[in-house]
Amino acid sequence: MSKEPVAVVGIGQTKHVAARRDVSIAGLVREAARRALDDAELTWADIDAVVIGKAPDFFEGVMMPELYLADALGAVGKPMLRVHTAGSVGGSTALVAANLVAASVHGTVLTLAFEKQSESNAMWGLSLPIPFQQPLLAGAGGFFAPHVRAYMRRSGAPDTVGSLVAYKDRRNALKNPYAHLHEHDITLEKVQASPMLWDPIRYSETCPSSDGACAMVLTDRAGAARAPRPPAWMLGGAMRSEPTLFAGKDAVSPQAGKDCAADVYRQAGIADPRRDIDAVEMYVPFSWYEPMWLENLGFAAEGEGWKLTEAGVTELDGDLPVNMSGGVLSTNPIGASGMIRFAEAALQVRGQAGEHQVERARKVLGHAYGGGSQFFSMWLVGSAPPDA
Amino acid sequence: MPEVLKAPLVVEFPFTRSLGPVQSAFLTGLRERLVLGVRTSDGRTLVPPVEYDPVTAEEIRDLVEVAPTGTVTTWAWNHAPRRDQPLDTPFAWALVRLDGADTALLHALDAPGPDAVHTGMRVRVRWAGERTGAITDIACFEPYDDGPDAPDGRGRAEPATHTGEFDDPVTGIVATARLDYTYSPGRAQTAYINALAEHRNVGERCPSCRKVYVPPRGACPTCGLATSEQVEVGPGGTVTTFCIVNIKAKNLDIEVPYVYAHIALDGAGLALHGRIGGIPYDQVRMGLRVEPVWTEGARYPDHYRPTGEPDADYDTYRELL
Repeated sequence: MSKEPVAVVGIGQTKHVAARRDVSIAGLVREAARRALDDAELTWADIDAVVIGKAPDFFEGVMMPELYLADALGAVGKPMLRVHTAGSVGGSTALVAANLVAASVHGTVLTLAFEKQSESNAMWGLSLPIPFQQPLLAGAGGFFAPHVRAYMRRSGAPDTVGSLVAYKDRRNALKNPYAHLHEHDITLEKVQASPMLWDPIRYSETCPSSDGACAMVLTDRAGAARAPRPPAWMLGGAMRSEPTLFAGKDAVSPQAGKDCAADVYRQAGIADPRRDIDAVEMYVPFSWYEPMWLENLGFAAEGEGWKLTEAGVTELDGDLPVNMSGGVLSTNPIGASGMIRFAEAALQVRGQAGEHQVERARKVLGHAYGGGSQFFSMWLVGSAPPDA
Repeated sequence: MPEVLKAPLVVEFPFTRSLGPVQSAFLTGLRERLVLGVRTSDGRTLVPPVEYDPVTAEEIRDLVEVAPTGTVTTWAWNHAPRRDQPLDTPFAWALVRLDGADTALLHALDAPGPDAVHTGMRVRVRWAGERTGAITDIACFEPYDDGPDAPDGRGRAEPATHTGEFDDPVTGIVATARLDYTYSPGRAQTAYINALAEHRNVGERCPSCRKVYVPPRGACPTCGLATSEQVEVGPGGTVTTFCIVNIKAKNLDIEVPYVYAHIALDGAGLALHGRIGGIPYDQVRMGLRVEPVWTEGARYPDHYRPTGEPDADYDTYRELL
């Protein structure tokens, strides 16, 4: 039996900010879900199941968000699932929801992901005082910075590439009304003059801490036919994982990421991603991950990704725009960050991305990763259905 | 087999909660010694209140005031109160349906013993002396004798509507969460930690891929096989990559800047993490040869310092970054 085609017919997100003190967690997710339903012109009654994701429990201290949030998401009397794969969770949550539609288990599924970082402290959540271990670091920046240095050594990339990425993403964010950081006076010089936190990572090359939620309505072919606006069609989707630390792990270009991308391209019939894919929204929490993922995802040969960035190929008006929304560098409600990538890819192929719309974006990749480069989730969406 | 190490691990954090309009009104109401519920579309009154209708999923904001008296709908006796529970003497956890409400609220019921508690008994709120806008503003419930046990629905006057508006409303609370674990690093890491006391780095070799894990985990994550063959590695090693940490973390007593490095000890199949000292931070480089520096009484090397050997060739450690 063939799979049911999956369409994105509704997308909603909150205006991402440092702290949404005016709403509860329920109020926050509700806002994104309501906007996704409005976009799809559907009501709560049209939803068959809800799939929700968030980052580690310690980030907010809410152990069972699916229990607490059922009322707010109209899930009473319906199946509700929670997905958890660290920072990639927004992506894997969308894929679990998509698989329910593809398998014809449900016709229309609401999927969403959120984080209210202001209610906790992610650095604390990532640095628990484990007995017998030597505390050396706090937070994610110091963990990833040595991998960035390894990439620089391996590729011979000039020191400035990271600042080019940050400058681009922060400018893209100015065109996205939902982005957290709107740095109207951003200049390349300011990025390059910002303090070194974890050398080689500068302050302006790191992501902010955000409160926000993102939701999508996924549906089958019949649902797509009723949609008021053009749907985005899922052409391929995959998840892969590998241990955080193991002998032979390539932290710069993890095998699980390569395998995940290859699976998506196989499903979607992509022979040459650089030629066949129009834009990419990828998970870049530290600027240097743009050239690293360009290589990992097959858009450039090993050691060559930075050349695309340096040549302006990944700019909004470049040949392969990357992180049109402003990316994780401009908005980071951790649990939602993966889904925002997936949603941005869908917005682009629907032609609904507003000021940050890429012209003729027909096939766009959404990408997320999490843990210590441990979990990967990706989807490729297109403006035409998979059998067209 | 030597005894496996164990130690307490306390995970504790003061999470903050933004309340949103309904919980804000509810908790501010408690501060003012009144209990608010919400009225749903099907005419029920929910106490404690919720923001969204469980039946229709619509937003609900219609607040009503219910009585501070009610009826126990079920209960369980708590013989041994624990830290931060409402009372420090044995009490009943009770579900109390307040007069005017259709749902029950969970709280503590102060009673001399389980024989003094029964389903259907009448109770009333005992307000806390100092109230801040929190569920603990209800200190507990206490038995309340307003006549013979009432049948369901007794004393249910129609609850009065309430605007939910207060001067100086509570908009956020701090919800401290605490988990008490007994942590054990397991058999393999216990052996590793015990060897560190003799200033030796002892890992375990995978029987299949032959890679040596330091610290060992008791299994090879690549091959999925248990490991047991112990192998001493180091003491020398190579800095394979690093960063210079310029921001001081609250929970660490290390002066910045310092170098946090991946160090492949000689013979190890992957790098471990350590601090580099004995050299200016801006002269640390990939390939630097280092050795551990031990300080009295410390479990781990305080840091690693240069050995003075020539730098390792990149090809010797490129798989160990």
